[in-house]
Amino acid sequence: MRNRYELRLSGSGGQGLILAGLILAEAAGIYDNRNVTQTQSYGPEARGGASKSEVVISESEIDYPKVTRPDLLLALTQEACDEYHRDLREDGILIVDSFRVKRVPSPGAFSIPISQIARKEVGKELVTNIVALGIITELTGVVSREAVKRAVLDRVPGGTEKLNIKALEVGFRIGRERRMSR
Amino acid sequence: MGRLLKYLRLDKFPTVWCAGCGVGIVMGCIIRVVDKLKVNPDKVVIVSGIGCSGRMPGYLDFNTLHTTHGRALVFATGLKLAKPSLEIIVVMGDGDALAIGGNHLIHAARRNVNLTSIIINNWIYGMTGGQYSPATPRGAFATTAPYGNLEPPFEVPELVRGSGASYVARGTVYHTRQLDRLIERGMRKEGFGLVEVLSPCPVGFGRRNQMKSAIAMMRWQKDRAVSLKRASKMNEEELKDKIITGVLFEREAPEYTQEYERLMSRVKTRKEIGKREIQTGLGEIHEE
Amino acid sequence: MEKPALISGNEAVAYGALAAGVRFFAGYPITPSSEIAETLSELLPRMGGKFVQMEDELASMGAIVGASLAGVNSMTATSGPGFSLMQENIGFAFMTEVPCVIVNVQRGGPSTGLPTKPSQGDVMQTRWGTHGGCNTIALCPWSVRETFDLTIDCVNLANRYRLPVVLLLDEVIAHMREKVVLPSFGGVKKVQRKKPTCLPQEYLPYEITEDDIPPMADFGEGYRYHVTGLTHDPTGFPTSNAKEIDQLVRRLYGKIERYRDEITRIEEEYLADAQILVFAYGSVSRSAISAVKEARARGIKAGLLRPVSIWPFPDKHISRLADQLKAIIVAEMNLGQMIGEVRRASCERVKILGVTRVDGELITPDEILTAIQEVS
Repeated sequence: MRNRYELRLSGSGGQGLILAGLILAEAAGIYDNRNVTQTQSYGPEARGGASKSEVVISESEIDYPKVTRPDLLLALTQEACDEYHRDLREDGILIVDSFRVKRVPSPGAFSIPISQIARKEVGKELVTNIVALGIITELTGVVSREAVKRAVLDRVPGGTEKLNIKALEVGFRIGRERRMSR
Repeated sequence: MGRLLKYLRLDKFPTVWCAGCGVGIVMGCIIRVVDKLKVNPDKVVIVSGIGCSGRMPGYLDFNTLHTTHGRALVFATGLKLAKPSLEIIVVMGDGDALAIGGNHLIHAARRNVNLTSIIINNWIYGMTGGQYSPATPRGAFATTAPYGNLEPPFEVPELVRGSGASYVARGTVYHTRQLDRLIERGMRKEGFGLVEVLSPCPVGFGRRNQMKSAIAMMRWQKDRAVSLKRASKMNEEELKDKIITGVLFEREAPEYTQEYERLMSRVKTRKEIGKREIQTGLGEIHEE
Repeated sequence: MEKPALISGNEAVAYGALAAGVRFFAGYPITPSSEIAETLSELLPRMGGKFVQMEDELASMGAIVGASLAGVNSMTATSGPGFSLMQENIGFAFMTEVPCVIVNVQRGGPSTGLPTKPSQGDVMQTRWGTHGGCNTIALCPWSVRETFDLTIDCVNLANRYRLPVVLLLDEVIAHMREKVVLPSFGGVKKVQRKKPTCLPQEYLPYEITEDDIPPMADFGEGYRYHVTGLTHDPTGFPTSNAKEIDQLVRRLYGKIERYRDEITRIEEEYLADAQILVFAYGSVSRSAISAVKEARARGIKAGLLRPVSIWPFPDKHISRLADQLKAIIVAEMNLGQMIGEVRRASCERVKILGVTRVDGELITPDEILTAIQEVS
């Protein structure tokens, strides 16, 4: 892995992307002990419309705190995919929710019906963000599974821990399967 | 009387007020009440805004704060919250409290902070030379209403009552003994108290409105003011053009600083310390 | 303590304030500063402090001056439009020498502008916003951790010099979350106000002292004194005596000039042999240092000067550097505010180029690098 790793989680407001970015940053920063910055599109956009949450992870100090050339792009909507895929590095990883993203810009993308998996396998579409986190963890290897798990437990509302850990485990499994099949 | 002189900064006299001005009379009421209630002068704060009334704190030997135009109540709110043991009296003019400070007035009343506020209503901007204010009667003349004022005035007690104050009274500088009682009751009252005081400005108002002398203006007050008790026995026709004085409204309502103290003891004793407090070392402050 | 935490700049302001002993906050909601009020509304009552949401920013500013007169360290937070409204009472605090801290999280303008996006459009308003010719101290952090530290410094500077101090943030720093390790709060250095030692009847609240900073008594502790926004003499009462007015206004303005070296803080990176200087502050300096490193990697001798205290302006540093440099690049998210100061301080003895952006996006390292290459 390169010294600086950039992740952009994109979709629309209400999909839990801000929380996912926070968990990712906390996992990398607090539990994996790396440097992190997390930024987000803020305001009206975070409540409907295009939304993004960005995380930079680095071994050294982070100067420019924003994401310009993501190593990983998660797109949960077609709109977000269309808008951001061009920024992705050539060797970057694109993960799309195939239930919502029909036009996938690159053949190398991981098309996974994330929201459907959340609904069918975990029981709630609400946890799409956490399933996605599991998938990202497996496909990028940028954070440890243990760190993500601890960060999820820290951040999700009390009483939903079991559901969210289940979602994360499902994500880990899907991600692992996809990684193996490459 | 001699006993009251200790509350004055006599070296700052004579005052800036014109002959016939009522602000000094209100000042006299305030020190009589402070003396009667035996409040420690070290704990008394007089806050004012800008205008003729704004100069009053300078002559009083308390903690005195002459703030910006219309903002006296917000400074007073900060002071009272930070140190609830202070006894705070806020002195404002009509332009000060009702125009530029109107928003602060209604919110201070709504918040119901334990302050005693006095609006010295002389119907005019006196210090700037007689421009019409939100209290100037319709049709009255002012330097900015040379053809007569088109705007209706605020009904101050109704405004402040509707905003949530605990105590609303009105008096005049002609009826000083009544005014003493009204201010005293306001100071005793927990919560936001307002006393509107009708006060003559012969120079800024009277001169342009057929009341050239201070005596004429005082006589006007004497003729027009009717106590609430007397007014209750009068019919609509008799009450026309009268101004009702006395304690117009009083109620028991939660007072802000006390509510906040309760809130503090409620959340302070909470056993669990939040995650961010642990993470950031705030827990240590708890233990201090 | 010393545990890492992932927090935003706005949260860092709140924690820094608590660590520095701020126990009174009055504010009015405004994006992108509201998290400061939200955090303090939760934590202040638990720390024995007071929080109040006022009816507007005029009121917020007045309330913190009132609370400070009662002896409590006080703060408010806002963004550009609210900062405009606060100017009146910032001037009052300056005139009456009441310590307080104003946090301004800058957002795009003019007017309502871009509430959720960054800018640095309030730099000059911070310096010249209030009427009558005040002087200002303003600090400008570039990271979440530094935001925590500078919040504490603002409180200390306000108490030390008896004036309103501005913490000038931008939306990037305010909303960005970074991993930080905060110091033990118990060990935070707190500057106390200079208190009178004389008897109450001898107290002169605006005494002309050797250090130009009169001792300050709290309301309610026996020193009954007068505070007014009018020009006043050492007793605190209004004066129209020309000599006394001159003395007062020069002292108020001059105390910052007098302690300029003590207050001014800059950070230099790669400046020893630099030929091209990038001058940047706040979040833009993150892009600037990135560009400087890249330029160095390409063999260009670039360096960064970052004013930590943007007011007072680091005149001496710029003046000293002007002769050794080939060019200065001033990168800022406005159409040229600090660049004027750089021109003034350098007497234009060196080529000066601006990199500006007012579209609500942070200037990128590439944009600054391009400018570096252009002048090299």
